[in-house]
Amino acid sequence: MSEKNGNTGLRLKTGLAEMLKGGVIMDVTDARQAEIAQKSGASAVMALERVPAQIRAEGGVARMASPKKIREIMETVSIPVMAKCRIGHFAEAQILQELGVDYIDESEVLTPADEAHHVDKHGFKTPFVCGARNLGEALRRIAEGAAMIRTKGEAGTGDVVHAVKHLREITGQMKGLTVLSEQELYAAAKELQAPYELVKMVAKEGKLPVPNFSAGGIATPADAALVRQLGAEAVFVGSGIFMKDSTNFCDPAEAERRARAIVRACTHFDDPKVLLEVSNDLAGAMKGLAVAAIAEGDLLQKRGW
Amino acid sequence: MLVGILAIQGDYEAHGRVLEKLGAKVRFVRTPEQLDEVDALIIPGGESTTFLNFLVEHGFLEKLRAFVRAKPTFGTCAGAILLAKDVENPPQESLGAIDLAVRRNAYGRQNESFIIDVESKFGPLELVFIRAPKITRVGAGVEVLATEKDDPVLVRQGKVMAATFHPELSSSARVHEEFLKMARNGTK
Repeated sequence: MSEKNGNTGLRLKTGLAEMLKGGVIMDVTDARQAEIAQKSGASAVMALERVPAQIRAEGGVARMASPKKIREIMETVSIPVMAKCRIGHFAEAQILQELGVDYIDESEVLTPADEAHHVDKHGFKTPFVCGARNLGEALRRIAEGAAMIRTKGEAGTGDVVHAVKHLREITGQMKGLTVLSEQELYAAAKELQAPYELVKMVAKEGKLPVPNFSAGGIATPADAALVRQLGAEAVFVGSGIFMKDSTNFCDPAEAERRARAIVRACTHFDDPKVLLEVSNDLAGAMKGLAVAAIAEGDLLQKRGW
Repeated sequence: MLVGILAIQGDYEAHGRVLEKLGAKVRFVRTPEQLDEVDALIIPGGESTTFLNFLVEHGFLEKLRAFVRAKPTFGTCAGAILLAKDVENPPQESLGAIDLAVRRNAYGRQNESFIIDVESKFGPLELVFIRAPKITRVGAGVEVLATEKDDPVLVRQGKVMAATFHPELSSSARVHEEFLKMARNGTK
């Protein structure tokens, strides 16, 4: 691949992420949910076998969704369709690319397939989004070819606390880099365990070289507004729309109300008047699971290297 | 002159960056009232179904329909879909500001997105197509400014311009310069 082609590829990949900014990407497990998501104003959907709350509750090995199910969702909606592959599972990624999904999420929500390596994403035409808890992790994923970064948060909990933590961590570390001298950036790169060229780029621009979205525990319009105000350029909402609790789906009409409210909150994230209005109409949110009550070893966010 | 950018969702910031580089004053438009403050409008790329869904609420769509009849407007990709008279794949409501039929996602999915250089009425242009639509019919009063193969990709009718590609993601600001000229003149 020539240098020009490589650059063209990355521009097309981040280009689609640009189109998703300000919007809400919703997890869906079938065509009917995908339709509700699109009707409610989702800018894209993530096709899954089970949403993170179910994966967490049911246990077992979580893998890429069945291509048949993903295809059914692709045929139902006109908005972009994303799907998840396991960390390091480049064969699942190859299958998803062949299937023609619009974005691949190399996700800690699924059971990792490699304990040391992530997918080499440069070799793919389909763009990748990856989770990160801090700037070093984000830059390592970008070095591997990720075209979009999202915070990991703690998926499937409905507790926004770690999405906030990771977003603050990443933005704080970026701010910190902007005041360092060129000399100091070498040590910073070593500390972040990230490539020097990317660290230098962030120090100069004060932001990531790819779009920076938020995910993991966002369950209400207020949660969406919170992460948007903290600098997230768009949000992923997983279990928060279609789940009543960790194992049961909520009523579809309720899901649609939640979806619409979160979409509006994402656009009007800095207008408390609208945020009140959209929050008023809701009967409640998913029951959720406090992240602080989860045993350290059960945290999904620790997956990824 | 204040140029508004519809900022419901999509790449409104990319448009903002190009306009500011060209020295234009920019305002993001998220409510119908904010339309009253701007002299021209850009409808960016993004998801046209998401835009429509949002606009249908609170009389935004009617207000926007009136705006695009009166003031210079430029739509890119999803914006072009919104401005067209007819939309296919699937059919959906639109503003009918320019006499076109547009087919959504006509090149395919993201893997079929591409960048290409062409000659146009504005000189050489780099066209960035992302899950792009195609113009399938051009009305008599519509001027074609650029084509890709045989497909019109940049068109103008009166005060309304539409592109099926993303000039806001191009390395050159040529198309935005032309829109700013249009906007300053108030008419074509």
